[in-house]
Amino acid sequence: MDVMPFFLAGWLFLVGLYGVVTSRNFVHLVMCLGVLQSSTYVLLLEIGYKAGGTAPIFFDAKPGPKAVDPVVQALTLTDIVVGVTVAALLMALALQTHKRTGSLDPADALFMAG
Amino acid sequence: MTRGGRLLVFALPAVGIAALLVWSFTGLPSFGHYRGPYGNVVNARAVPERHATNAVAAVNFDYRGIDTIGEEFILFAAVMGVSALLRLHRAEKEAPSPVDRARAHAAAETPDSVAVICMGLVAPLVLLSLYIVVHGHLTPGGGFQGGVILASAFLMVYLAGRYVAFRQISPKGLLDAGEGLGAGGFVVVGFVGMLAGAAFLENVLPFGQTGKVFSAGTLPIINLSVGLEVGTGLLLVMWEFLEQALMVRP
Repeated sequence: MDVMPFFLAGWLFLVGLYGVVTSRNFVHLVMCLGVLQSSTYVLLLEIGYKAGGTAPIFFDAKPGPKAVDPVVQALTLTDIVVGVTVAALLMALALQTHKRTGSLDPADALFMAG
Repeated sequence: MTRGGRLLVFALPAVGIAALLVWSFTGLPSFGHYRGPYGNVVNARAVPERHATNAVAAVNFDYRGIDTIGEEFILFAAVMGVSALLRLHRAEKEAPSPVDRARAHAAAETPDSVAVICMGLVAPLVLLSLYIVVHGHLTPGGGFQGGVILASAFLMVYLAGRYVAFRQISPKGLLDAGEGLGAGGFVVVGFVGMLAGAAFLENVLPFGQTGKVFSAGTLPIINLSVGLEVGTGLLLVMWEFLEQALMVRP
């Protein structure tokens, strides 16, 4: 049983979550969320991988059972797009928070008036 | 909550999550021993059925095209959200003109070497983005990847220290129109399938010869539409953030 590569995804998830929880700056927090989310890319690609597999591109190769799963790769693309959009929205919120409170520390924003 | 308290609240569930992850990972098939049926089916059928040599593009824009419409509208909604969040507030006002702002910043000029490299990269990046979009159904790439490269080409003009020129070559109205056109184009392609008497988003156009640019039916058209949407959408986000940084005064 070779499942060690999956633990990379688990480690990325937990280390990203630790960063989000302990963050003292919203920009840093968004970056940590990016690390957290990258665990899902890694896990998806690992699940579709075959030992000695090739890319699911058949422009100069014959279609065959050696190519890795294209479905999880398509899901990873969706995942990346979602990650980018979430980051953009959170950055806009961080900018407005900084304008209102003069601080990027999540601890200061907790008591922000609605 | 204190820092220590926050860490404690994190640590207890984190240990639980870690234990669950270890349990579930050890139950997975070994790394490299793929068990799912769908990947093999798509890999075997994408070229004969759709004449698309990029199986990932065939999944994205054909087999599960409706999911990708959702994905595209996530991006569309997020761009609208950023525009709404960064709109001008009552207390704020915009600098009179970008030219004045550029003059005020003239002291912090971009080094010539950076400007030359960035301006030199503009044309090659536009060309690369078109290449990546147009060949999306044949080789790695497609609308999403090409769109990002297209947006970065325009951003190079700003990085070269020419914010005024950046605003001139990417007028906001045109970006808005491009984004709407890109997002709507994908849906229109879906309805074309219905007009032809098939299902929504069914690939009804001729598949052509495998390996040619004009092949794989609707895939290249959807790629162009997504490329327009992603490129203009990302540019709009950058446009808003740059405006906040350079133009808006409290």
